[in-house]
Amino acid sequence: MLNNNSHKASINSEVFPICLRTSNLEDSSSLQTYLSIGGYEQIQRILKDKISPEKLIEEIKISGLRGRGGAGFPTGIKWSFIPNDSDGTKYIVCNSDEGEPGTFKDREIIKKNPHQLIEGMIIAAYIMGAQVGYNYIHGEIWEEYESFEKALAEAKKANFLGKSICGLGFDFELYAFHGYGAYICGEETALIESIEGKKGQPRFKPPFPATYGIYGRPTNVNNTETYATIPWIIQNGGESFANIGVENSGGTKIFSVSGHVERPGNYEIPMGMPFKTLLELSGGVWKGRKLKAVIPGGPSTPVLPAAEIMKTTLDYDGLKNSGSSVGAGSLIVMDETTCMVSTLKRLSYFFYEESCGQCTPCREGTGWVYRVIKRIVDGKGKPEDIDLLLDVSKKISGRTICALGDAAAVPVLSFIKHFKDEFKYFIKNGKSMMDANS
Amino acid sequence: MIKIKIDGKALEVKPKTSIIEVADKVGIDIPRFCYHKKLSVAANCRMCLVEVKNFAKPLPACATQVMEGMEISTKSKFTKDTQKSVMEFLLINHPLDCPICDQGGECDLQDTAVAYGASKTRYTEEKRVVFDKNIGPLISTDLTRCIQCTRCVRFLKEVGGMAELGLIGRGEHAEISAYVDKSVESELSGNIIDLCPVGALTSKPFRYSARSWELSRRSTIACHDSLGSNIEAHVKDNIVKRVIPKENESINECWISDRDRFSYEGLNHKDRINLPLKREKNQWKEIDWEEAYELIEKNITDIDIKKSNKIGIICSPQSTLEEGFLLKKIAKELNTSHIDYRLLEKSFSENNNWLGCKIDEIESHDAILVVGSNLKHDQPLLAHRFRRYANKRNNFSIITSYDDFYSTRCLEKVIVNPSAYINYLLMILKQVQLSTKYKINSEVIKNLLKAAKPSNEAKRIAKSLLSNKSKAIFLGHQILHLDDGDNIKLVAMHIAQAVGATFGLIPGYANSVGLNELNLNTDNISADKILSQSKEAYIMMNFDPLYDYHSPKKINSALKKAKFNLAISPYISDSFKEFDVVLPMTPFTETSGTFINMEKTIQSFSAVTPPVGQSRPGWKILRVLANFLQLEGFSYDSSEEVKTDAMIEMDKKNEFSLNDFKPSNIERGLEVLNVVRANDSDMIVRRATSLHQNKNKDQSCCLINPTTMLEEGLIEGQKIKISSSEAEILINVKADDNVCLNAVVIYGKQDETFILGMHNKVKIKKA
Repeated sequence: MLNNNSHKASINSEVFPICLRTSNLEDSSSLQTYLSIGGYEQIQRILKDKISPEKLIEEIKISGLRGRGGAGFPTGIKWSFIPNDSDGTKYIVCNSDEGEPGTFKDREIIKKNPHQLIEGMIIAAYIMGAQVGYNYIHGEIWEEYESFEKALAEAKKANFLGKSICGLGFDFELYAFHGYGAYICGEETALIESIEGKKGQPRFKPPFPATYGIYGRPTNVNNTETYATIPWIIQNGGESFANIGVENSGGTKIFSVSGHVERPGNYEIPMGMPFKTLLELSGGVWKGRKLKAVIPGGPSTPVLPAAEIMKTTLDYDGLKNSGSSVGAGSLIVMDETTCMVSTLKRLSYFFYEESCGQCTPCREGTGWVYRVIKRIVDGKGKPEDIDLLLDVSKKISGRTICALGDAAAVPVLSFIKHFKDEFKYFIKNGKSMMDANS
Repeated sequence: MIKIKIDGKALEVKPKTSIIEVADKVGIDIPRFCYHKKLSVAANCRMCLVEVKNFAKPLPACATQVMEGMEISTKSKFTKDTQKSVMEFLLINHPLDCPICDQGGECDLQDTAVAYGASKTRYTEEKRVVFDKNIGPLISTDLTRCIQCTRCVRFLKEVGGMAELGLIGRGEHAEISAYVDKSVESELSGNIIDLCPVGALTSKPFRYSARSWELSRRSTIACHDSLGSNIEAHVKDNIVKRVIPKENESINECWISDRDRFSYEGLNHKDRINLPLKREKNQWKEIDWEEAYELIEKNITDIDIKKSNKIGIICSPQSTLEEGFLLKKIAKELNTSHIDYRLLEKSFSENNNWLGCKIDEIESHDAILVVGSNLKHDQPLLAHRFRRYANKRNNFSIITSYDDFYSTRCLEKVIVNPSAYINYLLMILKQVQLSTKYKINSEVIKNLLKAAKPSNEAKRIAKSLLSNKSKAIFLGHQILHLDDGDNIKLVAMHIAQAVGATFGLIPGYANSVGLNELNLNTDNISADKILSQSKEAYIMMNFDPLYDYHSPKKINSALKKAKFNLAISPYISDSFKEFDVVLPMTPFTETSGTFINMEKTIQSFSAVTPPVGQSRPGWKILRVLANFLQLEGFSYDSSEEVKTDAMIEMDKKNEFSLNDFKPSNIERGLEVLNVVRANDSDMIVRRATSLHQNKNKDQSCCLINPTTMLEEGLIEGQKIKISSSEAEILINVKADDNVCLNAVVIYGKQDETFILGMHNKVKIKKA
């Protein structure tokens, strides 16, 4: 399914593995395998040739790489925020705390190609002058955590980590940090609190981690996929990466396709690929059914009805113009039999359950929303509930310390926007439109 | 200065201030629950969200710093809608039980809901219920009412010094909790009652006894330590129902200690006496005032006062300036200079027994050294300033024997026996001398310095005192309870002089400084001496002779030998058996008077309730007593008149000079650390029942360092026999590694221990 070592790519090629480029090789996660595809050569080249951080940042800016965790912030610009004149420890953190329903790309990188992530982090550390790094791994995945620890041990043994990497005078320590499974710890400041040994609750920003992160020190937090892309960009140049994608969306992106498709899984594809093509790659809608709707980037991105998504290309601008976003690329496909009311109930339960409880609108609002939807699904809905749901969600959105409140509002607003009739039907008849005939 | 606009009003404000600070300053009301000016910013309640031009989202006024050109609208529709929505969220799970909630009438949520809430709820789902927790005898919890603002959590961590409460659980399950099976034990815990914006934390002793609108609010001064916290007594039907802090930024800020807050429970204790008492056949008999005064007059005039010092007078350091002045005047008329207020002291130098600077100047020093204080118990609220200083500036050192600064960042923390204080100070002095060439004339000290070999800690402390611009050395008042206290003070003052530091001694009681300023003991005759020389009569005022004086045996035998003993006291107990007459005086809440606090601030107060029964304010009792004794010059009509004369007397104060170092032979061995717990310090707090109900507090045990226990062959929980020169007691041992080696902490002024007296040496034996 995945092509290896194919550096010439165009928008028409089907998949283009960068982060997952060792996936099809035997023993893909081992140091040997990574070395066999030129692994750890970039960091050695950088250190030997003493390539300046500014030059590297410039290359990353050219690549058009944007944060793959969901916010899509240009990586090169973000890295230039880290004050390079400060004394004392600086940290870089890899956010592998993917916990939203439908996300499963970071775990695959960690499991299949951990060394590329490690090399990416070393390069990042070099660029930002960080001495210590953490990979914060979601608490509910164990195999991947152990696999990463194994890779760390290999890298340390081979002197790719620790004091004077490869004898070239650059020190960098990297640790794996296993979380406890809270979704909120994927929020970068909650993640920092958690690393500090505290309860994972987002901090009020500003100050941002770039100036006040772990233990109050400058800290850069990026997604796993973002770091894992770096060695390829440094190897092939920012321009080749940018050329893989489309304007404003450089390079490849892993889409984790799940739901009602024949072949769910991770697909690393060039940005800008039409959704239609990805749907074909993943075997189309299962059981020969029709497509009803797609959540393109994970539950915190708005759902799109079939007609809309079929016209859309998978890149930042394409999805934005359709009224959604790339998010973390957790693409959830729903077939024609899906009850949108029950689906929303499940999603709202997730946000209700995962709210940290720190600030009022999210703590109180997510529970309110969930209870109203549950009441509708229990057949006790009231006509005014739809307006109530919209109103409450709007009042959570934009008023909380972190983005979880916004995320919780997104599915409610978008599900009702596109499938209002289903909600009305459920309230009126006390049962799902999908059960209309039963 | 930067320019901003708030509600159209152009202002110039300091950078780095938050919107809410600016609004508070100019009197613009922004609703808030989690924000408190004295605590860190949490920004979690979201009630203070306001519209700021060019920002799509509303910003929390508490956490947003002003920026040049910022335009803030606190009254716009957007702001109002936002605040209303937050209010709605806060109320959906809040119970509608205001009529039965103790906070009703003084509830931030209630008040804010009137202004920002809807009259009808849209929420029809089930409401959340949270189980209450028992966090001790002082604070009652109704956690279903909690709005998770975390003010209590932040207070205990940031001001109390220990994170005793936390927000456990997530989302809707987030709730305030103490550690499993633990209660809140901070000496400042009561402040979270004031901080709680809803009825989730209320006062256990007070609750359900009055409604806030039924209470008269009367200001007075707290009397349990030398800080002089400003307090407000809330009175209903002439009874103090509760006490809350009255803000005074330069003294108590907006806090008070638990003993200042809950001691009111002791005011109307069953031991209070309403009528004068006469001892007859080992029984107390109530008599009227006339009879009492005649009895006293007869007995006193029987004494031939032509010979001086026939009468001994001892009063509490909590006596008001007026009481002290009248006692001094009476003493003079009765031809005695044997008058004192120092009940626990063994060292009697009278100079510099005050803080040496203003309370709010403490934290402006660049380096601080504290020697020999259990701040947490001696001065629970002042301790907070030192903790705050220590955590903010890494330049706080302490030399003490019982570490109650365990969660505080100290540059140096030396935990040693009290007998080793002097050595440490000599080491520091020697180190300081090396670089300052400071001259000492005393041959004794010179010789001692020759022998001193500065340890690394001493060197580092000396360095911090030398390398900083402004510095201070503070001694705890316990220093004066040591036999070599004067030596310690002398050497500490030399160090202060050598490095140019502020020197202070943190006085123990409400009016220690006032009575010192008044020069009460003109000839510096100590209470100890007054009791050793037999007197014909003793007059003792406002203290428990057995609990509050350091040697119950000595005081009892002196009283036994005297012909006539008069006590003036609010309470009666077995401690007063040796007295012939007890006159019922009122506690501080029922009298007017003046205290001078540790920083020499003079604070006068009025009575907050009328006297109970026929008890009378101390100054009135003394005035009438003088009249009955036909002494001249006691025709005062008010306490203010007494105060005026007292102030004139204070101006006449003579300075005491420092004595030279007196080498003392301190025998090695197990030393006693007499720690008087905050809640045992005087007659009133000892009778405040709620303060003594906390089972987790170490009542009736002594504390020994585990290493010392091992050496002595002791095990935790074992009963041991402690014997002093006065008595012997059986008590449980508890291991505590905050105690220095070769020492035992004995809590003084407790029922189980007072009989031992407060000595520096005891013997222990396995029972």
